[in-house]
Amino acid sequence: MQVNGFKPKIVAFCCNWCSYAGADLAGNNRLNYPADVKIIRVPCSCRVNPMFVLRAFQRGADGVIICGCHPGDCHYTSGNYYTRRRMSLLFSMLDYLGIERDRTRVEWVSAAEGAKFAATMNDFVEKVTALGENKRLEDLRCKR
Amino acid sequence: MQKITRETLVAKASALLAEGMVDRVLGWKKGEFAYDVTPNVFADAASLEKDFVYGDFCGANFSKYLIAETRKGEGKILVFLKPCDTYSFNQLLTEHRFDREKVYVVGIPCEGMADIGKIKAEVGEGILEVESDANGFTVKTLYKGDVKLTAEQALGERCLVCKSKKHVAYDELIGEDGVVIDSARFDEVEKLEKMSSDERFAFWQNELSRCIRCNACRDVCPACSCEKCVFNNPKSGVENKAVADSFEEKMFHIIRAFHVAGRCTDCGECSRVCPQDIPLHLLNRKFIKDINSFYGEYQAGETVGSRAPLVNYTTEDIEPSEAVERGNQ
Amino acid sequence: MRKCSLTSLDALLKKIAEQNAVYLPVDDGEGRAAYKQWEEGVKMSDALNTVRSPKDFFFPQTENLMEFKTEGKKIEIIDTRSESEDFVIFGVRACDVKSFEVLDNVFLKDPVDTYYASRREHGVIVSMACTRPTETCFCQTFGIDAAEPCGDISAWKTETDLYLEAKTEKGEKLMALLESLTEACDSAAVEAQKKETAEIMKKLPLAGLSTAGFGGDKTDELFDAPEWKTLSQSCLGCGTCTFVCPTCQCYDIKDFNTGKEIIRFRCWDSCMYSEFTKMSAGQPRLSQVERFRQRFMHKLVYYPTNNNGLYSCVGCGRCLAKCPISMNIVKVMKTIGEKAE
Repeated sequence: MQVNGFKPKIVAFCCNWCSYAGADLAGNNRLNYPADVKIIRVPCSCRVNPMFVLRAFQRGADGVIICGCHPGDCHYTSGNYYTRRRMSLLFSMLDYLGIERDRTRVEWVSAAEGAKFAATMNDFVEKVTALGENKRLEDLRCKR
Repeated sequence: MQKITRETLVAKASALLAEGMVDRVLGWKKGEFAYDVTPNVFADAASLEKDFVYGDFCGANFSKYLIAETRKGEGKILVFLKPCDTYSFNQLLTEHRFDREKVYVVGIPCEGMADIGKIKAEVGEGILEVESDANGFTVKTLYKGDVKLTAEQALGERCLVCKSKKHVAYDELIGEDGVVIDSARFDEVEKLEKMSSDERFAFWQNELSRCIRCNACRDVCPACSCEKCVFNNPKSGVENKAVADSFEEKMFHIIRAFHVAGRCTDCGECSRVCPQDIPLHLLNRKFIKDINSFYGEYQAGETVGSRAPLVNYTTEDIEPSEAVERGNQ
Repeated sequence: MRKCSLTSLDALLKKIAEQNAVYLPVDDGEGRAAYKQWEEGVKMSDALNTVRSPKDFFFPQTENLMEFKTEGKKIEIIDTRSESEDFVIFGVRACDVKSFEVLDNVFLKDPVDTYYASRREHGVIVSMACTRPTETCFCQTFGIDAAEPCGDISAWKTETDLYLEAKTEKGEKLMALLESLTEACDSAAVEAQKKETAEIMKKLPLAGLSTAGFGGDKTDELFDAPEWKTLSQSCLGCGTCTFVCPTCQCYDIKDFNTGKEIIRFRCWDSCMYSEFTKMSAGQPRLSQVERFRQRFMHKLVYYPTNNNGLYSCVGCGRCLAKCPISMNIVKVMKTIGEKAE
């Protein structure tokens, strides 16, 4: 995906048990989603510290998405409930600081939802592409 | 302005020392000027008589000092806590940060504390004395003579929107206990929420760009009680002593506010100590306001042992996508 | 001595700005002043002083020293310094001008810090006499005359006029540039102002503060003073005093990995920090008492030991105004110095 030569860099944190398997399924089913999405596998979506999100932006990401099991389906029973609270507060704070809200997202993707994974990524990449380069949470040293 | 006098407190402290109830007293020591009081541990009645003060500039929150102080020896320490300080006190107890048995808390009423930064901005150079009564403040200056200020002009922002005059922890109370106040403390946050994203970004860029990373906000914060802060840990990958890029000041303040979210009692010490007057309390209040709106009213430190919102959940919680929408209303 | 009317201050700044960048204290509209680059429309602040000291101009809070790039087994070292151009700092107070001398003794002595030296060489300092010192001022304790600031050019501002006097060769050069905008004059108005300021200085609350009890030979006497413990007991260990201080000169050198190359930079460090210049052996001062003592012993004992008795405090009062718990060098001097005396 590309607009005026801009290709966004997307970091997707995917939980090992559902979303990473969902991404696998998307691949097995030959579903297309942009290669701009770089997946980082985490044991559970609640492994994602708010600092990970900010550091992804620092290191050049234009969008950060966190994918986990559907609420109620967490491999560790309740991890994604904590994710939900943490990211609700973090994203609201980022919005409060004037960071574009479409640059961050949480999506629940099960191991069976390969199609949802591909569709989510397509939609997210499209939104971030429309926003353009991440300027508000950038570290100029990493952009040279 | 304060209803109680230093004499009352000195008498109380001296009596408790004489009884052997406590063996030292955490209080305020007078300084060179009208306003530069320093937190101090007094060991005897003579030093209390000589240097103890209580007045409009005794804003420092003593709760955090108790972590270090209770580790010194077996005896009890007497601490004077204003209503807002007692919330921090409870929060620290909730987090098991010190031994309650080693502290004797005397709750004292507070009529709001003056902000010397605001006074300086009003009257300029050469502040010689500051006096106050029911009608407001009189500042004796070198260049402008006596300048009268209203309470509004002299009191700190946090005191103008005081959230509670009620003590939530004490062993003994001096004066009448107050009540929780339906304060206007979220007004500024709402004002920011109503701005456009670009305006908000410009606002915070301007404020945070002044940060010199002195860490005073963190070091004074009663909620920042980690033995070793992640921003001091060379192995964390985010340790930094200075802002080498504008990203780092944002990172520091967002993460610091996040780490205290749900634990911050909104005591306002961070903004009081900031040498660059960055309104850091507006970050903490945003989290408090969001927590209230998303998960129900929650006041950190109101009771000992309450479960903080970020270590709790319900199956019906709001989704992050809705949260951003609702947080902005 | 030459003067110009205050109404032509803008023209004067413009003239300098045509050749060099000019930095001066500017109000931010919320009661604080900070050094900013002059451009059309920027007004000089009347504030007594800036929150941050002007040491940033010569010793910035962070500065890149060099970069490393690797390709296979080859490592390339890049000198990131760019040729400095001359710049002018306008309106530096007497205390801050003196602080440059304190920093020079550290950075320009062998081995010379070439980064600092190059900036120092390119910077021209136009000082500004104080007329309204405040209660936290104690520059006179260190022999500084607020009404007679040093620098390359000394300046005085009266109700109507700006008076300038070149003090160095660099100053002469800049004065020559301003010749058409200024006129020769006598020093009567300036002398009158100096007298007036001297009277005010006597009335300041810290006027009687002395350095008695401190100095280059006092290490043994003061090091184990029991007062350090009581003075430091409420210190938060933050870096406010060191970062607003015009003479604090400690720094740390660190590497930042951008993913493509390594940037080696240095940044201010604070002896108050638990991680002060952390090396493999760890922080040598394990408690806040030791860190607190280090800061004040350095300013009042160790530095004078190595610099012919010159103290490394200039009495600007920034730490008095900004310390979160209002513990500061004046309280230390009064408690420990007076006792020693």
